[in-house]
Amino acid sequence: MFMDFLDWTQLFNMEINLRIWRQKDADNQGGFVDYYLRNVAEEMSFLEMLDFLNRTLIENGDEPVAFEHDCREGICGSCSMYINGRPNGPVDNVTTCELRMTSFRNGDSIVIEPWRAKSFPVIKDLVVDRSAFDKIIQAGGFISVNAGTAPGANSISISKRISEEAFDAAECIGCGACVAACKNSSAMLFVSAKVSHLALLPQGQSEARNRARSMVEKMEELGFGSCSNTGACEIECPRGISLTHIARLNREFLKDSLKS
Amino acid sequence: MSKLQSKIPEGILADKWQNHKDSVKLVNPVSRSSLDIIVVGTGLSGASAASTLAELGYNVKAFCFHDSPRRAHSVAAQGGINAAKNYKNDGDSVYRLFIDIIKGGDYRAREANVYRAAEISNQSIDHLVAAGVPFTREYSGYPDNISFGGVQVSRTFYAQGQTGQQCLLGAYSGLNRQIAQGRVIMYNRRDMLELVVVDGQARGIITRNLVNGEIERHSAHAVVLATGGYGTIYYLSTLAVGSNATAVWAAHRKGALFSNPGFMQIHPTSIPQLNEYQGKLILMSESLRNDGRIWVPRTKGDKRHPDEIKEEERDYYLERRYPAFGNLVPRDVASRAAKERCDAGYGAGDSGQSVYLDFSKAIEKQGRKVIEKKYRNLFEMYEKITGVNPFNEPMRIYPAGHYTMGGLWVDYNLMTTIPGLFAIGESNFSDHGANRLGAGSLMQCAGDGYFILPVTIGDYLAGEIKTPRLHTDTREFEKAEKAAREKLLRLVAVNGRQTVTSFHKRLGRIMWDMCGMVRNEENLKKAMKMIKELKEMFWRDVRVPGTVNELNQELEKAVKVADFFDLGFLMCQDALDRKESCGAHFREESQTSDGEAQRIDSDFSYVACWEYRGDGEKHDLNKEELRFENVKMQKRSYK
Repeated sequence: MFMDFLDWTQLFNMEINLRIWRQKDADNQGGFVDYYLRNVAEEMSFLEMLDFLNRTLIENGDEPVAFEHDCREGICGSCSMYINGRPNGPVDNVTTCELRMTSFRNGDSIVIEPWRAKSFPVIKDLVVDRSAFDKIIQAGGFISVNAGTAPGANSISISKRISEEAFDAAECIGCGACVAACKNSSAMLFVSAKVSHLALLPQGQSEARNRARSMVEKMEELGFGSCSNTGACEIECPRGISLTHIARLNREFLKDSLKS
Repeated sequence: MSKLQSKIPEGILADKWQNHKDSVKLVNPVSRSSLDIIVVGTGLSGASAASTLAELGYNVKAFCFHDSPRRAHSVAAQGGINAAKNYKNDGDSVYRLFIDIIKGGDYRAREANVYRAAEISNQSIDHLVAAGVPFTREYSGYPDNISFGGVQVSRTFYAQGQTGQQCLLGAYSGLNRQIAQGRVIMYNRRDMLELVVVDGQARGIITRNLVNGEIERHSAHAVVLATGGYGTIYYLSTLAVGSNATAVWAAHRKGALFSNPGFMQIHPTSIPQLNEYQGKLILMSESLRNDGRIWVPRTKGDKRHPDEIKEEERDYYLERRYPAFGNLVPRDVASRAAKERCDAGYGAGDSGQSVYLDFSKAIEKQGRKVIEKKYRNLFEMYEKITGVNPFNEPMRIYPAGHYTMGGLWVDYNLMTTIPGLFAIGESNFSDHGANRLGAGSLMQCAGDGYFILPVTIGDYLAGEIKTPRLHTDTREFEKAEKAAREKLLRLVAVNGRQTVTSFHKRLGRIMWDMCGMVRNEENLKKAMKMIKELKEMFWRDVRVPGTVNELNQELEKAVKVADFFDLGFLMCQDALDRKESCGAHFREESQTSDGEAQRIDSDFSYVACWEYRGDGEKHDLNKEELRFENVKMQKRSYK
C-alpha cells in the first residue's frame, strides 16, 4: 500500500554492518571481513544490497565479494548464502534472491557465510562447489527412456493427487539449503525428493528400488552425512519440500533390501 | 547471395519433414562412436540435444557456464508448452498450430520450419511425460490443457506455474543418465569465448574455465550452440542476469550470419522497476491476463490511490482499443499499448511508468477462492516483492525485455552458414518470426533438441565419418586461443574508474529507449552514435578488478558487455533497415491512422541476415526472401 506514496530520498537511509566470509580460493584459508554500508534502501533485494556493496568495493579499488546468482526469482537454485546463522536468512521458505531488505532494520548486523558442508567445498568467498548433487542424480535420478520410444502422453492416467504429490517433490531447485541446514550435512531431503518424484509416477516405478539404493549409496560415498530426523532441512527448504519424501525413500530402500 | 540456401525440402507442406527424414543421409552406429559433437548450453534445447545425440551413440561434450546444467534459464519459463494434441476436442490440429505461429509471428518466419515445429510438438509432449515431467492433470488423470496467449483453442500443457523448470529437469535427468554412462562429458563453469573454424568448417571451441581462468581447447566434428537469448542487453529484463550473447557473437565473428537481431519481444506483464539498484525485473505470468483487467486513470497525471479512482474515471484501454481480444491481445500489442498510455502521461504510480492489472471484477464474479486457486503463487510472489496484496489492490505492471526472436541464421537442418555449426532453441532465428506466442519457446526447444537436430546433424556428419578425431595443437586453435586470451588481458589492463555494470546500465538505457518497443529513424541513428561512444569509453575507462587466472565475476561480466556493444549496434542497424512495422518491431514511420503496426509485405517480406565485416566495420545485409505458399498473408488485427 505504501508503495505509491513513498518518498524515494528518505528510503535510502538504512545503515548496516556486514560480516562476510572472504576466501581467495579453495587452497587458501578464509576469514570474516567487516564492512559498514550506508545508503541502503529498504526496497532493495538482499542481492541488490550486495551488488551495491560490490560497486562500492570496486570503486574503492577493492575486490568485490564473489557470490552465485542468476534468475533472481527463486527458481534456478544458484544463490546459496548462510545469513545470520540460517540458510537464506531470517525468512522461511525463500531463496536468498527472494529475501528483501525489508526483513532487516536500520543498524542491523548481518553475517554472511557460504554453505557449510564437507561435500560442498568453498571455491571462493560465498561460492561453493555443489557438483556432488549432479553426481547423485547421475547415480539414478532419471527414467531410462530414449527419445522416440515414448507412448502417447495420455496413454496412462495418473490420479491428480499422485501427480500433484510428484510435482511437490519435483519442485526441488537443487540449491543445497537442506544440506547446509543439517547438522550432519546430510543430503537426504534432496535425494528423497528425486526418488519420491520418480517412484510416485508409473513411468518411474520399474527402476524405483534400484534408484533409491544407488542414489543413497552415492550420497554416502560423496561424504554427505546420514539423516537423524531433526527436520531442519524441511524448515529451511526454500520450496517447502516435505519430510514425508524421506519416509517414502526409506520405504523404497527397505523394499530393495528385503528383495536382496 | 549464394550463401543462403534454406534447403527446404520439396513436396507439400505436411509431407516435407517426413520426406526429409526419408532422404537425409544416415550414419551407421559404428561410425557414430568415432564422431565427436560439442553442445554449448544445457537449457531445454541443449540438454535434450546432448542426451539424444549420446543415446544415438555419438561422443558428446556439453558445456555450461553455471555450476550445474540444471540452472539454465529454461528453468524460469512459467506458463506452458504448446502441442497440437487436440485433447480438448476443440478443433485443434497441427495445421492450426502452424497458422497461429505464422500469424502470431506476423508472417516473418519460414513456413516449412514452423509447420515442422507444430508437427513435432506432439512427440515432444509424449517424450517429456515419459521422462517423468509431472504435467498438471485433470481429475480423470489425463493431462490438462489451457488456452494461453490469446489463441482460440486449449493446447497448452503446463506443470502448475513451473513448466520450464519441470521440462528442463526432465531433460537434465536424461543428460545425467548419459553422463553416468560416459556418453556425455559435462564441462560445468565454462564460458565459450571463440569458435574454431578449420578449412571453412566448425571444428571446435575455446573456453575459459571460470574457476581457475584456464583457457581450454576442445575439438569436435560438429559444434551445436544452444545458448539462449540476449534480452539482458537492456540490462533490466526478465532474463536471468547471466544470459548473454558471447557464444553466438563469437560464431558471428567467424562468419555465421545473424538474422533479425532487432526482433525483441517485450513482455507486457513484469513488475515495474522499484529502485535504481535493481538488477533484474520479475515477470508475472501472462496467464494473469485471463482474469485481470488492465487500466490507467482517465485523467492525465492522476496520482490518487487506485481505490479512490471510480469506475467511470478508469480507462480500460485494451478493451477500448481491441474489443475482440480485449486484455488477451498478443504480447507485442499489449506492451505497446501500455507504453503509449504511460508516454502520454496517464501512467499509474509515482513514476507514471506502470499500468494497473486489476482482479476485483474477477474476484467479484468468480469468488476469491477460485482466483486464489488459480493465481495464489503469483499473488504471493507479487506481495513478497512489492508489499501489496493483489486481492486488496490492483497489481502494477510494466513491459520488460523478454525473448529474442532473432538469432543465428539456420537452414532447414538448423545449420548456420558455417558448415558444421548448428544453432538450436532461442539462439537461432527460426520459428517465431517477428513475435513469439506464449508457450512456444519450450515447444521449440524440446522439438529442436529431441527430434530435429539428432536427425539433421546426421546428414552433415555422414560426410565426416572418415575425418579422424581432430588435434587441438593446430594453427587455428592456437590463433583462436590467442584471441581469447588477448581480449581478457586487454579488459583487465584498462584499469579505469567505472564499473562494468555502470556501462551495462547505460547501454541498456539507450537500447530500451531507442531500440525497444518503439523505434524511429532519428532515434536509431542517435542510438548507434551513442553506443559507439560508450564502447570507446568502455575500452578507455572500465575497471575490471582481479586477474584472468582466478574466479573473476567482474571479468565474466565485462566479456559479455563488450559483446553487447557490437550486438546493440547491429540491433539498431537491423531496426533501421526494416522500415516497416511487424510483430514486436514497431517503426513509428510505418503505422496506420489509428496507431496500429503497418506491415509492408512488398518490400520487407524477408529475413535480414547480417554478415560481419570486422570490428567497427558496417555489416553487410543479405536477404532470405520469404515465400508463403500455404497461408494467405493477412493483416494481423485484434480489434
